[in-house]
Amino acid sequence: MSDLILAKGTVLTAQGIEEADVRIRDGSIAEIGPGLEGDETIDCEGAWIGPGLVDLHAHFREPGQEWKEDIASGSRAAAAGGFTAAFAMPNTEPATDSGHVARFVASRGAEVGLIEVLPVGAITKGRAGKELAHLDELWAAGVRVFSDDGDVVEDAGLLRQAMDYLAERGGVISQHAVDIGLSSGGFMHEGSVSSLLGMYGIPSAADDVILARDIRLVEMTGARYHVQHLSTATGVELIAAAKAKGLPVTAEVTPHHLAFDHTAAQTTDPVYKMMPPLRSGEDRDALRRGLEDGTVDIVGTDHAPHAAHEKEVPWEHAPNGVLGLEWAATVANTFTDLDQAAFFDRLAVAPARIGQLDGQGMMPEVGGPANLVVFDPNIEWTPTTTVSKSENSPYFGLPLRGKVIATVYQGRVTALDGVPAS
Amino acid sequence: MNHFLTIEGLTAGDLNGLLDDADEFVEVLHRPIPKVPALRGKTVATMFFEPSTRTKMSFEKAAKALSADTMSFSPGTSSLSKGESLKDTVLTIKAMGTDAMVVRHKATGAPWRIAEWIDQPVLNAGDGAHQHPTQALLDSLTIRQHFGTLKGLKIGIVGDIRHSRVARSDIQAFSTLGADVTMVAPRTLLPVDTEVFDATAKENLDEVLADFDVVYVLRVQAERGGASVFPSLSEYTDRYGITRERFARLKPEAIVLHPGPMNRGVEIDGAVADDPRALILDQVFNGVAVRMAVLFRLLGGESNE
Amino acid sequence: MAQVMDGGDMDRAIQRIAHEILEKNRGSEDIVLLGIQTRGVPLGERLALALEGIEGTPVAAGSLDIGLYRDDLDQRPKTELGATNVPGPIGEKTVILVDDVLYTGRTIRAALDALADIGRPSRVQLAALVDRGHRELPIRPDYVGKNVPTSRRERVSVRLVEMDGEDGVVIESRDET
Repeated sequence: MSDLILAKGTVLTAQGIEEADVRIRDGSIAEIGPGLEGDETIDCEGAWIGPGLVDLHAHFREPGQEWKEDIASGSRAAAAGGFTAAFAMPNTEPATDSGHVARFVASRGAEVGLIEVLPVGAITKGRAGKELAHLDELWAAGVRVFSDDGDVVEDAGLLRQAMDYLAERGGVISQHAVDIGLSSGGFMHEGSVSSLLGMYGIPSAADDVILARDIRLVEMTGARYHVQHLSTATGVELIAAAKAKGLPVTAEVTPHHLAFDHTAAQTTDPVYKMMPPLRSGEDRDALRRGLEDGTVDIVGTDHAPHAAHEKEVPWEHAPNGVLGLEWAATVANTFTDLDQAAFFDRLAVAPARIGQLDGQGMMPEVGGPANLVVFDPNIEWTPTTTVSKSENSPYFGLPLRGKVIATVYQGRVTALDGVPAS
Repeated sequence: MNHFLTIEGLTAGDLNGLLDDADEFVEVLHRPIPKVPALRGKTVATMFFEPSTRTKMSFEKAAKALSADTMSFSPGTSSLSKGESLKDTVLTIKAMGTDAMVVRHKATGAPWRIAEWIDQPVLNAGDGAHQHPTQALLDSLTIRQHFGTLKGLKIGIVGDIRHSRVARSDIQAFSTLGADVTMVAPRTLLPVDTEVFDATAKENLDEVLADFDVVYVLRVQAERGGASVFPSLSEYTDRYGITRERFARLKPEAIVLHPGPMNRGVEIDGAVADDPRALILDQVFNGVAVRMAVLFRLLGGESNE
Repeated sequence: MAQVMDGGDMDRAIQRIAHEILEKNRGSEDIVLLGIQTRGVPLGERLALALEGIEGTPVAAGSLDIGLYRDDLDQRPKTELGATNVPGPIGEKTVILVDDVLYTGRTIRAALDALADIGRPSRVQLAALVDRGHRELPIRPDYVGKNVPTSRRERVSVRLVEMDGEDGVVIESRDET
């Protein structure tokens, strides 16, 4: 097999940051040092080299909603965005609530081969919130992250059962934290914009009360708990307080909650409609600071493809969600102040650790797996296209900074300058 | 002006210009033959995705008085009930040959989406609880006819402001035209954030009633889940209804407006509604004139295409 | 730019037209003057004063806006609407339309249409301060202040004290404007 050289990049290794070339051979890192030569060279001058990005929160829509996205197209979008692994949420048709669906998702991901696709298992059967899913089967199929994403586990008693079960094994609960009573009928953040538009709002408290409740359950059960798409300043405070108590709690923020606030919704363009909604500027700023200081552990994309005809409707009728995989790293780099170590921590190391994923999110080292990304933090560009099946990107036309130059998965270049390998 | 979607962003000059034109159309409507050929050969489609008879009839009368042809769409009998998307419905009707679309939709922002899909004027006839800009024009015209100007008038808008597109458009139009606007409602019927409106919010009607030159009475929208936002209709009437007793405490020159349809005995007493100082039927008449003004502004002149 | 009438010429033309109206209609009874927006309106008012000066009784004068009756709306920029103010019913009256410049005749066609929607006068007559020719419709004036032969490339502008601060009629070639 031929040698691939990532030349003249800034490499983040366990020992620190060094200007070096990286030689990749047979799926592993063969050498890190100056002046390397090989069969194929990618110029990485001015760019960061670090572990391939890991997304703890993606929707690939397969099985069941392949007109929006499938594991192949989702993998291409992930590779283009610098990811070498992504966790596929279980709100598929059927839901990933049994071993065979989980195995299908993982094996389909392996077949596509552009990234590692990890199934997230449902907590309750059919994600219906009534009784526990086959957590045993899911565990046996390798599932370590459990979520009813798209819906909250509303019943605290049922959630407690799941926590007790998973605490024993070390699995992690990933909660879509929103209170039904406070949010139902709402379409956007409750505040000045919803008031102006006459639209029913979802108060920030809708997210906060569930998070506060769940933290209390973590205290009770000792289960590992991850809150998805944190959207409120109070949520950041709740996480900080839980961490101060030493509870096994982690949090994620989406690229869109870093980039926008609810004033974007004033156009009523459904591309800005998502759950949780874009909230106030203060919330957005608190999330940015939380990601910078590590209170918020990771960026999770909540990549949620919807076909054009589904979004070309009035706001209230549009499904929630936006694309994110291709621009997550860029958005995080544009809107927060992360140095190279923090950047790779929030986008690769921490998500792999929370997802208990071996062989990913590892600092480049000789002999280690060649799952790498080359990211230039200084390139300014404006996205206009996507490789996803859907086009619901809020970033088209938005000037951003930082670009994924190349993605390497298992030693193979899976994307170059935004174009995925076929 | 390519579309007429919202009052937001219009200046006092814009609004007064439209009201000046509407004054001329009031004159036209008083002629023995109340019809002019200005929009001969144009077709105006009225697309009411939410049922409404009065606004739709008013727009149709306005279009016909300008000699435009009208086509109307009602969702009950349409292929929307067969699952056709809003976009396909709009493109289909446009393909039949329309020159402008008048849109009412219960979803906020729907007229904006339609304006993105078709290259002809879209008129917002009410979207969700967001905007109803021609209502704001007809209300402004009625007040301007009566007082000569809105400048310096104290206008109280009383009732379910939270769910009212009329209130949102009226507050913006009245305040832009120089009036001092007060929103009066219980907290459950005020917008969650009142600061975004150029108006003062009050919860006690009786404290402020005697200050108003205009009392704008909003309809109690029982269909908007009244029970969950206030305990009973009789409590509402006690606190916010324009009863005979409250009417008697208004300034002698004050007028009462209501966008209709009225719930007599709930938000307005029947005798108040029939008083000569309640200009409710003038509002209805003026509705035709302002819609003529807007249609003529959008369609009378070089086409934008 | 050439001046074809000055203020004095205009006053004399209006006086003459007033006499012609009285002669043709045997007095000013039942006459309603309707000035066509915009410059026909002050001309109509001046004519009304001239008639009153001769006859000693006031003559009804009003305005007519024909913006809504144009046959070329699609080719024109957005039209500003002017006031139509008809002094009382016009049925069984003699309506005299007053305009500043008579040219293609299309404005008068529109004015006749507008008039038909307002009432049914027993007679309609037309007075124009300037007739510049080039009729495109079978319309002729009953009273003319001055016949001014022009080419289509030229532009005739009537200036009035009421709106322009001075009286006078000038011809400009299009290139000058």
